[in-house]
Amino acid sequence: MWHVEILDAKTKDKLCFLDKVRTFFFSSFIYNKFYVDVNPQWYPARQSIRLDPKGKSLKDEDVLQHLPVGTTATFYFRDLGAQISWVTVFLTEYTGPLVIYLMFYFRVPFIYAPKYDFTTSKHWVVHLACMCHSFHYVKRLLETLFVHRFSHGTMPLRNIFKNCTYYWGFAAWMAYYINHPLYTPPIYGEQQIRLALIIFLFCQIGNFSIHIALRNLRPPGSKTRKIPYPTKNPFTWIFLLVSCPNYTYELGSWLGFTVMTQCLPVAFFTLVGFIQMTVWAKGKHRSYLKEFRDYPPLRSPILPFIL
Amino acid sequence: AKLSRTQHSKIPFNKDISCFNGNIMWLVIAVGLVRAYLARGSYHGLYYSIEKPLNVCPLCHIPGIVPSSVVLTGFQVMSRVFLTWAVTHSVREVRWTVCYYFVTAWTVTEIIRYSFYTFSLLNHLPYLIKWARYTFFIVLYPMGVTGELLTIYAALPYVQKTGLYSVTLPNKYNFSFDYYTFLILIMISYIPLFPQLYFHMIRQRKKVLGHVEDYSKVE
Repeated sequence: MWHVEILDAKTKDKLCFLDKVRTFFFSSFIYNKFYVDVNPQWYPARQSIRLDPKGKSLKDEDVLQHLPVGTTATFYFRDLGAQISWVTVFLTEYTGPLVIYLMFYFRVPFIYAPKYDFTTSKHWVVHLACMCHSFHYVKRLLETLFVHRFSHGTMPLRNIFKNCTYYWGFAAWMAYYINHPLYTPPIYGEQQIRLALIIFLFCQIGNFSIHIALRNLRPPGSKTRKIPYPTKNPFTWIFLLVSCPNYTYELGSWLGFTVMTQCLPVAFFTLVGFIQMTVWAKGKHRSYLKEFRDYPPLRSPILPFIL
Repeated sequence: AKLSRTQHSKIPFNKDISCFNGNIMWLVIAVGLVRAYLARGSYHGLYYSIEKPLNVCPLCHIPGIVPSSVVLTGFQVMSRVFLTWAVTHSVREVRWTVCYYFVTAWTVTEIIRYSFYTFSLLNHLPYLIKWARYTFFIVLYPMGVTGELLTIYAALPYVQKTGLYSVTLPNKYNFSFDYYTFLILIMISYIPLFPQLYFHMIRQRKKVLGHVEDYSKVE
């Protein structure tokens, strides 16, 4: 049996003292006790309790017995701020572009000159672009609901404002030009559009295959982490060369969309997304290398052999 | 990156020189302005005498060498470069009227600031310079900002008339840019940004100059 004391990580004030804690309990016991005894505002998702003021948080599934502490354990608490669930954030940030793009496509009043209200574009590529864009975001929404398995339940609340501004803002900016009455279709016409559509669809299927493969790595309800490997699905063979092929395929999809619409704002969106995904891919790649000794050396974070 | 006091003495000499050079540039501008004004007896044409050093000066800012927040300095540098190149240089009509407010404000501010950095690096900072750096801004910042805003505002009609730096539809990249609207958005962005910079300096002032007042109370 243990004594547990919890100090504030910044001020080192004693916040909580738990007596007679059994060593085989999980850390989640501490999180819940803290929530009930200390401050009901600090629900468990908002707490970060760690052994070192600047260290990593204890996970819910950590067993107290296996932690490097004596009979009186000292932990440090940090308030992570208001939290919001990943699912909520994803659903909100993806529904926005879907709706916003359609508003521009149907030329809802006050966007373009009044004589164009509720008209449709005469270029068939504009209809195709709308279908592709909408398909992309419907796919993302369905994946959020049925495919993804999240390791962290929540993220800081301010992220929803940041993320929605990004997705909704760019969606509006792109949609404005593609659905504009003065839109100019691609220079190389049908050839260009067809090639772009093939790239787009190929990468959408690829991206979905990777999401399924990643889901299957992790049994339902668990938070295990394993190295992803190619499966029978040819779209997953890219795992031989890349750590985060979902981002690779995502980049491919948006490159396809850029070529299809020949629209500079779409190119900007693709570029910014690529930069962000590269940052994420490099981080993921680094943590794979740190966690697994036998991680395949041939893999690059996002672009085979390049990046 | 912020440099500690001990690290200052290990900085190689060429950084002191570049700070010193920055100072010289602004002194050159100041002297040039004064001389030209005395010679011509009026504001007109003053711009041409300082155009070259003025356009180069904002590019002389040396990030990372001096202990200053990268974000704040970044904003300052960006606004300076923007004002000189994208507004004053590009729109001839504003060159010999309102732009002098911000030029004067910048000049005085920068001379003091560079002296501050130079003397800090040499570990020989006279209290007067420190006091000046953290006090003059109280007047110079609003003056500079007012000048900048007036300059942009003065440039607006000409930008609208000539369609400067603007791209219209239709075009093969399906892109458009309205410099006039962009300038208005820049002006609006001063509303959240300027108070943050200003109050940051006021807080710095309390921190830096406040210590001396505490010492004098102790005695």
